[in-house]
Amino acid sequence: MAKHDKSSLGKPASGFKSPTSLWIGGALTSIFVVAALVSFLWTPYSVEALNIGAKLQAPSGTHLFGTDHFGRDIFSMIMVGARVSIAVAIVAVGIGILVGVPLGLLAASRQNSFIDDLVMRSNDLVFAFPSLLIAILITAIFGTSALNAIIAIGIFNIPVFARVTRGSALPIWTLDFILAARVAGKSGLRISLEHILPNILNILIVQGTIQFSLGILAEAGLSYVGLGAQPPTPSWGRMLADSQTMISFAPHLAIFPGVAIIATVLGLNLMGDGLRDLLDPKLRRVR
Amino acid sequence: MLEVVPGDPASFMLGINAEADTLAAMRRELGLDQPMLQRYLSWLGGMLTGDFGISYTYRVPVSELVMARIWISLPLAIFALILSTLIAVPAGLIAASRRGRVSDWTVMGTTQLGIAIPNFWFAMILVSIFAIKLRWFSAGGFPGWDQGFWICMQALLLPAIALALPQASILARVMRSSLLETLSQDYIRTARAKGLSQRRTVWAHAFRNALIPVLTIIGLQFSFLIAGAIIIENVFFLPGLGRLIFQGITQRDLIVVESVVMLLVFAVICVNFLVDIAYALVDPRLRRP
Repeated sequence: MAKHDKSSLGKPASGFKSPTSLWIGGALTSIFVVAALVSFLWTPYSVEALNIGAKLQAPSGTHLFGTDHFGRDIFSMIMVGARVSIAVAIVAVGIGILVGVPLGLLAASRQNSFIDDLVMRSNDLVFAFPSLLIAILITAIFGTSALNAIIAIGIFNIPVFARVTRGSALPIWTLDFILAARVAGKSGLRISLEHILPNILNILIVQGTIQFSLGILAEAGLSYVGLGAQPPTPSWGRMLADSQTMISFAPHLAIFPGVAIIATVLGLNLMGDGLRDLLDPKLRRVR
Repeated sequence: MLEVVPGDPASFMLGINAEADTLAAMRRELGLDQPMLQRYLSWLGGMLTGDFGISYTYRVPVSELVMARIWISLPLAIFALILSTLIAVPAGLIAASRRGRVSDWTVMGTTQLGIAIPNFWFAMILVSIFAIKLRWFSAGGFPGWDQGFWICMQALLLPAIALALPQASILARVMRSSLLETLSQDYIRTARAKGLSQRRTVWAHAFRNALIPVLTIIGLQFSFLIAGAIIIENVFFLPGLGRLIFQGITQRDLIVVESVVMLLVFAVICVNFLVDIAYALVDPRLRRP
């Protein structure tokens, strides 16, 4: 299939057996989802209130992960940061799915037509650009905000989903039950929606999980260079950027946000691997 | 594309207190008074002849800025690519040929972690351990190539390791799964049946066949390395292309940003083309027209 297919990056099975990795991944991911949801209602301390008197404290009973140079509670900031990361990644993956999947279905339903060529060549075009580079460019042009980071990351999810959708839809189009549906007079659109889409849904879910984790990494990178969510909204990437000058005497500032990113991405990747094995063992071949 | 950016380069260069006629003169000097389409076409035409225009802030040709910095970014990307390949191919080989054993689990677990670690965080940790605590390396900056090859390589080592880690993790997994798939082929069973040892089978029959997907990923990773370099160069204060782009963005020096991005995209396309040629070297079956 398409040689640029990004899903192949996550292709190899993990060292863990599928239910194990699904459980570990699911648990890690839900910790951060719960933390993000709870942060709407409650955080141990306010993330906007400065308390210079309590600055740069090491982790302790009162401040579980310590405090930063403004005396803000790191634990609370990580909870709110989870909200930003997850929101950015969800919307970015959503853009990719909402635009990419219909494009892929369309291309597959008219294989080798002008439309198919147009969709796939535009995909190649977007793929030729290093995604983070263009994301930096987009946020630089339209201003630095979480919204623009979302759009920038989302645009690069479109070709990924279009390609995966087309690639997995093509073999299904050759099957007998599709022929039967055609004979019954169903249009390409109806067949795509009623027969193709349900059959490739599991592949899309797995790809969605992988893109979700890539989105979190991308958001962290963008906000690290100052092009993501703007202060005072805490984000994991910017917490790391702020910690850089203080890492020698306050390592906890760098460690906790870093571990949060790693644990979330690791959890999502493990979950993706587990889901893939669970939903369809043959999937690794189909891709 | 960059025309929509708020902020006028001329007023940025002269400061907010500039007189109106000074601004107009500066715009004329930069060619900003010409219509947008005309400027765009002359920029495109200039690109073809290697003339990228003049930087708004540095007042020197963009090509000069690029040439000064490409000798940091390019060696860094190549260094990282070599490191990543040197780590990943043996790791993938070991994991695949000892499938299900401890070494396989170790490689798979480590790579799973390696993919999840953001490279700029890894870079910060490397700096704090090896530059600040142990003082083996400098924490950033670049001495310049005239200081000698090894001193420069030392300055590039930590950034290259940080860049290579996620790529090596992905590559090792691709190597492993590709080799496993090759090892399940019929001709491998034939080779084993005629009495070849496992080791010889892997080397003589499986390895080269498994390299095709690995090559594809190496090619793809070049673009990731370039993008990753923007962030990593900022961690280590390396004056490379990535830092040039970033400074261009913050200083609204748009012609620099546009030109460097186009140049990098062109480089990525060239590398993908080279990878296509490399297929033919590895796989004689692809040489047939």
